[in-house]
Amino acid sequence: MIDSFLAIGLDVWDWFPADMQTLLFIIGKILLILLPLLLCVAYITFAERKVIGYMQSRIGPNRVGFRGWLQPIADALKLMFKEVIIPTKSDKYLFLIAPVLSIMPALAAWAVIPFDRGVVLTDVNAGLLYVLALTSIGVYGVIIAGWASNSKYAIISSLRVGAQIVAYEIAMGFALVGVLMASGSLNMSVIVEGQAGGIGSWYIWPLFPMFFVYFISGVAETNRAPFDVAEGESEIVAGFHVEYSGMAFAIFFLAEYANIILISALTALLFLGGWLSPFEGLLAADHWLAGTSFFWFFAKACIFAFCFLWFRATFPRYRYDQIMRLGWKVFIPVTIVWLVVEAVMVVAEVGPWAV
Amino acid sequence: MTIIDFLFFLFASGTIASALGVVASKNPVHSALYLVLTFVSCAAIWLLLEAEFLAITLVLVYVGAVMVLFLFVVMMLDIKVAEMREGFVSYLFVGFLIAFMMLALMVYVVGPVGPDVMGIAALDNATRHTAEYSNTEALGEILYTDYVLAFEIAAIILLVAIIAAISLTLRRRPNTKHQSPAKQIKVKSDERLKIIDSDAEELK
Repeated sequence: MIDSFLAIGLDVWDWFPADMQTLLFIIGKILLILLPLLLCVAYITFAERKVIGYMQSRIGPNRVGFRGWLQPIADALKLMFKEVIIPTKSDKYLFLIAPVLSIMPALAAWAVIPFDRGVVLTDVNAGLLYVLALTSIGVYGVIIAGWASNSKYAIISSLRVGAQIVAYEIAMGFALVGVLMASGSLNMSVIVEGQAGGIGSWYIWPLFPMFFVYFISGVAETNRAPFDVAEGESEIVAGFHVEYSGMAFAIFFLAEYANIILISALTALLFLGGWLSPFEGLLAADHWLAGTSFFWFFAKACIFAFCFLWFRATFPRYRYDQIMRLGWKVFIPVTIVWLVVEAVMVVAEVGPWAV
Repeated sequence: MTIIDFLFFLFASGTIASALGVVASKNPVHSALYLVLTFVSCAAIWLLLEAEFLAITLVLVYVGAVMVLFLFVVMMLDIKVAEMREGFVSYLFVGFLIAFMMLALMVYVVGPVGPDVMGIAALDNATRHTAEYSNTEALGEILYTDYVLAFEIAAIILLVAIIAAISLTLRRRPNTKHQSPAKQIKVKSDERLKIIDSDAEELK
């Protein structure tokens, strides 16, 4: 019975032309990345409420499902059934395109993220550049949302975001140039393989200032606390998404959390050796802890994702001029100085260049 | 028609349609967004030409940074459409002139009279590279060897332009009050509060 079903399935599969098969195969792989990612997004919202709850001596959501585990599902259902209200004098099309523009880059960037050795959707040569380009167009969603809403709070927020993201992107780009200099490649897999050899060989050590700048710029880029002037509840109600409701509103949050996971994953890949084991070289090569694994990558990304939540519970919001000062006058000089230091290290053959 | 041809025609028509949108739309914000779309579809065409470094840089620099600042300015303008329409006919002439000149240049470069390496005739000799080919490396190699002088000069010109732009717009207004975050961060607790002894005064 099952065999005949399988045979029919294979017949149907063979019936597709070869190009179509490739296409279906790629779509399947995309779904294999996106569905767990969206699940992670749902549960990082839950983790955030729980973690911040415990940090503030509260319990957090614990009513829906076992200990609150169904809370994100309940939230999603609630938002899906709410009406999406379009303000009368808004720019209707742009108003609806904005959430799409904000989630698209956050998801598309995962195309070049390697999860394990050889487990990557597209192993392109310019992977790092691709990620940088995609994270830079994420700002359009916010800017267009702010403008199309035809609301003063929303536009103030979108102007803040525009300036902030452009400022921090430069520091972020320079930090990535540091990684590029260390690995000699823009390919994500090559960058990770360049850090082989245990915890001491990770780029975080020779590039520590770059790591620092990159991660903090990542927090600023995702408009998270303490850089969340875009939302600034106390000043501009909710910022760029003040006019949004229902699923359109939820998509901005999906994008924000997808970006958090993306930045965490990238930091793990670029500075902490991605899927490589920290015990490589310390333990015997056939020891179960010394091998490469997706779980190392996942654990490292989780550490950074936790930091995002931790920052939100810890730091008060930056003032806007302080944000600008930190981006332009602190981070960019730090990265430029460290690029020069790196150049000297390359010539002197210390650090990852010693080999 | 192969899939590459299909993609080319898709993005080429997208580029033309969005470029028309830039000039045709009444709202400047829409124009700027159409320009963004033009850049993105251009980048897609460059990708088809195996120029992935240029394509991604186009998106990164023009879409990710330049157009964001552009939108920024346009969004803050209070534009009256009627005023924008004024002088349409006179601008039309200048516009056509510029468009014609650009068309002539393009025909010269691509057509049979132009340089041999770029024309349509050169297309027949073009070969597809393998998957290992890295456009980034190829560009880097040529930029830092054959054209290193020109490249460095361009870099210096850009640096000068940055400094000039900053010094043109930087103006110090001594009469305004503003905070200095650097000073605020450096402040110590004993500087925040000063306790002064003073004698009690009698109310009058």
